[in-house]
Amino acid sequence: MSGRSLRRHVTSGLMTGLVAALSFTAVLALVLILGDLIAKGASSLNWDFFTKNPVPTGQTGGGVANAIVGTGVIVGLAALFGLPVGVGTGLYLAEYGSGRLGWVVRFVADVLNGTPSIVIGIFAWTWLVRPMKGYSALAGSAALAALMVPMIARTTEEMVRLVPHSLREAALALGYPRWRTSLRVVARTALAGIVTGCLVGVARIAGETAPLIFTALGNQNFTTNITQPMQTLPHQIYEYATGPFEEWHRLAWASALVLMGLVLLLGVTARWAIRQRHGAAR
Amino acid sequence: MTAAVELVPQEAASTPRLVHHPTRTATPVIDVRSYAFWYGGTQALFDLTFTIPRRAVTALIGPSGCGKSTFLRSVNRLNELIPGTRHTGDILLEGVSVFSRGMDAVALRREVGMVFQQPNPFPKSIFDNVAYGPRLNALAPERDMPERVERALRQAALWDEVKDRLEAPGTSLSGGQQQRLCIARALANEPEVLLMDEPCSALDPAATQRIEELLVELKQSYSIVIVTHNMQQASRVSDFTGFFYLGHLIEFGDTKQLFTRPTDERTEAYITGRFG
Repeated sequence: MSGRSLRRHVTSGLMTGLVAALSFTAVLALVLILGDLIAKGASSLNWDFFTKNPVPTGQTGGGVANAIVGTGVIVGLAALFGLPVGVGTGLYLAEYGSGRLGWVVRFVADVLNGTPSIVIGIFAWTWLVRPMKGYSALAGSAALAALMVPMIARTTEEMVRLVPHSLREAALALGYPRWRTSLRVVARTALAGIVTGCLVGVARIAGETAPLIFTALGNQNFTTNITQPMQTLPHQIYEYATGPFEEWHRLAWASALVLMGLVLLLGVTARWAIRQRHGAAR
Repeated sequence: MTAAVELVPQEAASTPRLVHHPTRTATPVIDVRSYAFWYGGTQALFDLTFTIPRRAVTALIGPSGCGKSTFLRSVNRLNELIPGTRHTGDILLEGVSVFSRGMDAVALRREVGMVFQQPNPFPKSIFDNVAYGPRLNALAPERDMPERVERALRQAALWDEVKDRLEAPGTSLSGGQQQRLCIARALANEPEVLLMDEPCSALDPAATQRIEELLVELKQSYSIVIVTHNMQQASRVSDFTGFFYLGHLIEFGDTKQLFTRPTDERTEAYITGRFG
């Protein structure tokens, strides 16, 4: 083995080792967090935790049913507002956004994407909570939707851009009008990617706390009335974790585990959706 | 030149296609008149004037970047989707300008099918790929679709290979089969003209041969314009050949004549392999 060849082998081995170590570090963080959550939270998970509402301060027992349902309602509503707007914007940007308007929309989306969520929360408070004279789940959903739209728009755009140009031309050459080509061929081909982007976006806002403090406020009681303040898991965790009681800390850990589980579930569903799609169409 | 007439056998007149245009067989299908084309400030085509005969294979040859594909995409107006393009002159299909106000691009592209360089089936089943055009154009009720799909697949010489798996994804076929699927997809619209942009350049020799044999069959009922870099292919399959060079049509004529006795020295230089 010549000197040069030896050096190449050594360099290759070193670099492979380095990236392996870095990947391990990245995974380690996730494993530690999950492990710690399970260690501290799993023991508090029981039927009551999911089905009961919080009990008055000082008593033991109770659960966070109000927060779980609240998260479901607020995130669900946010998705209902945010997904169509986000996906539509992304489709527009990818298919028709080559002009100046497209540039402006893309720029605004990027700025919004970088805006801290607490700032969005303050705006939601100014524009929704104050005029409506009260905190509400609806205002919380609107804030989360606003957070989600630019994210979804940009991922949708990226996914639609991945659709090969030849597929567009095939449809156009068969006599498809441009808008139908966009919807029926391009969007449908990019569907797996778009759905993944949407699920990731929903997972991302499901853990948001800051904007909800200004809007949904939190509520110790169970409610499904979206014009009233509503509890959510992140907010519950924030309250319990910063509180003085051991019982609260215990519930905070368990809530964090449930929230993490929900987010993971969305992520796994996204993966599964892609695989289904690829299995069927590729 | 009466080749176009000879190529249509008498019994073909009973096929549904010919019932539509019984008297047009002798006239050229495409008539190009002083057509020029620009991409922004760059002129890509210069003063093209020629006619494309009906029910024959017309090959367009020439070095890369000489405007062959640009011309092809002018006929079905795919170029107009590119911002900043413009043209002068005219292209007539069946005597009607493809650029006239009454000519809807969607209706035009139904009459002018196109097959691309890379096979580009939709990520759908074989059946749905072929039914795509007829469904859009509402050419047939859904209950007649199986018959129409079968006819198109038979014309594209693919039926026997796929008849037992019409629900399989089109993308699961081999490259050559995919290209024949794309041909079937175009034929299902029952176009008058079939434009083919280097349809064999991504295929192996065996698949190429299948397509070439297919072209000879298809010209009984369709007018075919094929862009190719392969001069042997042009001389094998085409009845007429046009030589493009730097956006000009240098020479157009009977294939045999163009390859044996070219009148322009640039044509001769190209077909003898001295450049390109």
